[in-house]
Amino acid sequence: MDLYRALLRCYPSSFRAEYGEEMVKIFAWRRREASSASVVIALWAEAFADVAVNASRVQWDVLAQDVRYTLRALGRARAFAFTAVLVAALGIGATTAAFSIADHVLVRPLPFPESDRLVKLWQDQTQRGFPRIEVSPANYLDWKRLATSFDGMAAYTTRSINLVGTGDPERLDAALVTPNLFNVLQVHARYGRTLASVDEAPNGTPVVVLSDGVWRAKFGADSGVLGRNIVLNDVAHTIVGVMPAGFEFPTRDVDVWTALQFRPSDLEDRNDLFLHVVARLGTGVTVDAAASQMRAIAAELEKQFRDNAQTSASLHLLRDQVSRQSRTLLLALVGAAMCMLLISCTNLANLLLARAFVRQKELAVRAALGAGWERLVRQTLTESLVLAALGGVAGVLLAVAATPLVARLVPTTMPIPDVPSVDLRMLAVAALVTIGTGVGFGVMPALRVMRNTDPSSLREGGRTGAGRSTERLRSALVVAEVSASVVLLVASGLLIKALWNVQGVNPGFRTENVLTLRTALPLPKYDSTEQRQQFYDRVIAGVRALPGVTNAAYTSALPMVMRGGIWAISLNGRAPEAGGDGAVSLRLATSGYFDTLGIQLLRGRDLSHADSTTSPFVAVVSESFARRHWPGENPIGREVFVALFNRTIVGVVSDIRVRGLEQESEPQVYVPSRQVPDGGLIFYHPKDLVVSASVPPSSLIPEVRQIIRKVDAQQPISDVRLMSDVVWAESAARRAQVRVLSGLAAVAFLLAAVGLHGLMTFVVSSRTREIGLRTALGAQPAEIVTMILRRGLYLAGVGVLFGMFLAYAAGRYLQSLLAGVSASDVPTFAAAVGLVVCMTLAGCLLPALRALRIDPLTAIRTE
Amino acid sequence: MHDDPRPATLLPLPTATFHILMAVAGEDRHGYAIIQNVAARTGGAVRLSAGTLYRSIQRMLEQDLLTEVHDRPLPEDDDERRRYYRITELGTAVARAEARRLTALVRLAAASGFAPEQA
Repeated sequence: MDLYRALLRCYPSSFRAEYGEEMVKIFAWRRREASSASVVIALWAEAFADVAVNASRVQWDVLAQDVRYTLRALGRARAFAFTAVLVAALGIGATTAAFSIADHVLVRPLPFPESDRLVKLWQDQTQRGFPRIEVSPANYLDWKRLATSFDGMAAYTTRSINLVGTGDPERLDAALVTPNLFNVLQVHARYGRTLASVDEAPNGTPVVVLSDGVWRAKFGADSGVLGRNIVLNDVAHTIVGVMPAGFEFPTRDVDVWTALQFRPSDLEDRNDLFLHVVARLGTGVTVDAAASQMRAIAAELEKQFRDNAQTSASLHLLRDQVSRQSRTLLLALVGAAMCMLLISCTNLANLLLARAFVRQKELAVRAALGAGWERLVRQTLTESLVLAALGGVAGVLLAVAATPLVARLVPTTMPIPDVPSVDLRMLAVAALVTIGTGVGFGVMPALRVMRNTDPSSLREGGRTGAGRSTERLRSALVVAEVSASVVLLVASGLLIKALWNVQGVNPGFRTENVLTLRTALPLPKYDSTEQRQQFYDRVIAGVRALPGVTNAAYTSALPMVMRGGIWAISLNGRAPEAGGDGAVSLRLATSGYFDTLGIQLLRGRDLSHADSTTSPFVAVVSESFARRHWPGENPIGREVFVALFNRTIVGVVSDIRVRGLEQESEPQVYVPSRQVPDGGLIFYHPKDLVVSASVPPSSLIPEVRQIIRKVDAQQPISDVRLMSDVVWAESAARRAQVRVLSGLAAVAFLLAAVGLHGLMTFVVSSRTREIGLRTALGAQPAEIVTMILRRGLYLAGVGVLFGMFLAYAAGRYLQSLLAGVSASDVPTFAAAVGLVVCMTLAGCLLPALRALRIDPLTAIRTE
Repeated sequence: MHDDPRPATLLPLPTATFHILMAVAGEDRHGYAIIQNVAARTGGAVRLSAGTLYRSIQRMLEQDLLTEVHDRPLPEDDDERRRYYRITELGTAVARAEARRLTALVRLAAASGFAPEQA
């Protein structure tokens, strides 16, 4: 019989209590009637089957009943249910999205085998102000020959090239790589092969490997593309391979990979710094060991070559390429998300506690009517789980929707996809925390009711200790919420102010009504300087003749689009050695460039079309250049050795922000586009056309295209954009940061308001009797309202106090993102505190009005 | 006629439920008596298990088809620890409705040529 009793434990205890004894009795009768052993065995078999079938059905019935009951109960408390689900969803969604992206950028290994052995190497010219600078081909080859710490060392550089032969001429981003790069990264082609050492040979057939993206977009994902020829920069290349999707090296913009070939001239000049170098550490070699070997090698080379003066070598893990700002930002995002989760959980706890308090009587009544402990816990558990599950589902949807939005914070310079997948682990953690909160704070009240069998809890307005302790707990939770929302408000306030600062920076050039586009002239077709100049002249003349165009010119690169292009100068009439007399931002330009971009000519003259290789070599310098070298003197007529020649300064112009709105720029030097020898300064060949207009510049695009096509039908046009967009894009990352953080702050603020309002409502309803009594004893309405407000403001005040300390700490941490705004910026703090005070007053308003409506007679009579 | 709309919503009845209603139609019975009555009336063809019985009873109590009786029958028949069940008005109505439904069904079957063998 004991076995049968044990079997019955499969039924819910309520069912067992009701029918268990009867069932045992029936089973006993049947045993007695059983005539033989085989009948007994059959009876047992039947009993097992019976329990298996019916126990699960009864369990299911109870669950269904609980869920039905819960849905009915929640249906009656729609506002509560909606708020609880929303709160849980926000916590789960925000945390998951933030962690997914931080994990994607900061933690997850790069998509290469044993990627923790991949390092990036730089020339270290700290003494000249460049701790991480690109490497010269000669130094790269020497490093590779001498270093023993690595299993492989490879170099690459990126370049824009023109693709002809697949429809319209087009511009592609190419990576020129040493063929062993693929071995160093340990990646293989999806179709065909990667580059091989034969491809390096100077007289071999040029070959190209396609990215998955280009293969799909330009070649229709045709697997028969191998062996086909395409024309890149006027040279036929054979397609030998297609890389798999997700291989994005060095950045996700790269379309094709071709072999990097060194010309003998590349190896002569150790100041020609353009290579990026990656290497794979040998087995068991540490980063520090490799770094010290590299420093020793660099010291040796420094002794041998004059160009290598003050040049060491440094290396770091490829993984750690993320800039400090990006890292700070992502960690800040994680911090904000943690605040959100904290606020969500406290709010959820608060909601459930409030509900539990309201339902305490209901639970007590049901317990008094004989509902078992198990039944009540089961009931509340079901309710918490249903809420958490709904919140979880909504949270997942929110995370999936939010992740692409915050993906703008992924730096573009990393070899990883731009949109991370939603991190399932993080989703699970956030869901568990939320469900844990829900279950904990949902079930606790039921347990307390069962423990506390004091019948006084049944009485109307009964003041068991529960009301007070619940209020204390809820007050603590509200203080936490207010603190967290102050932190988020201040942090986003500081970032908004930083954004204003940045957007208020004067770039130094005209941004409105300026159209720009790029025609990168291919080599060797345009090797000759005069040939290029003819192209420029014809295009500029055509464009200037268009109605609505005020001026047009060509330049090497647009400010803020190309930030590099730094050149060493000297003032002693000879080519600069080892850094010379300082670095300048060098540009080649045609005449009219300054006028087109609204850069002021302060002294002397503009660059002229007459400045050619047969006339005296000249340069125009920026104001800061003149001030640095000849403070207080007239620089016109002085000489500076720059861009291969000793040049006479003929003009001074105002400074512009080449490196963007947030960075100081080197002084600028402009030289005439014609004063360059054939084959020299390839990197600086003018390629960007700028057009200023008195009409909306976008309307000019078709006509400008037509003019270029007439000059050279083979010439692709790319990067058509407005200068205003270029400057606007400068603050795009900041705007994304501000949007994400302010979004979080707004939600946190709302949640804190909900929490505070809920608590004050609770306070009023649990003190109905006290308030009624006071009113009856002659308290004025103002006193009642003051009492409520004092309580609310006290809690908000404590929250604000904690919050301000934390916010200041957060601001200090964010300092590098604040563009000069102080972490203790008073107006920002004042605004945040003001908002919290307003929120507190608003949150107390309705409860205070309700308190005023309390009828003293009713309140006291219920006792 | 019963104008309670509920009987219709409970149809068709699970077999066990209908048998239990038939077993308690004439007199109040306890659980084991119901099992025995059903077995006797069906010639042993339907043997309710304890689990099925009480699961059905629990639901029938909730649906108000049965009620538990506390006024005991004659002392000599009474096992005081037994629980007796009595059919309610609604239970009667539902059983009638189910019988009507089945009769109509049989008629339709007969009209379609599925006549049960004549007794």
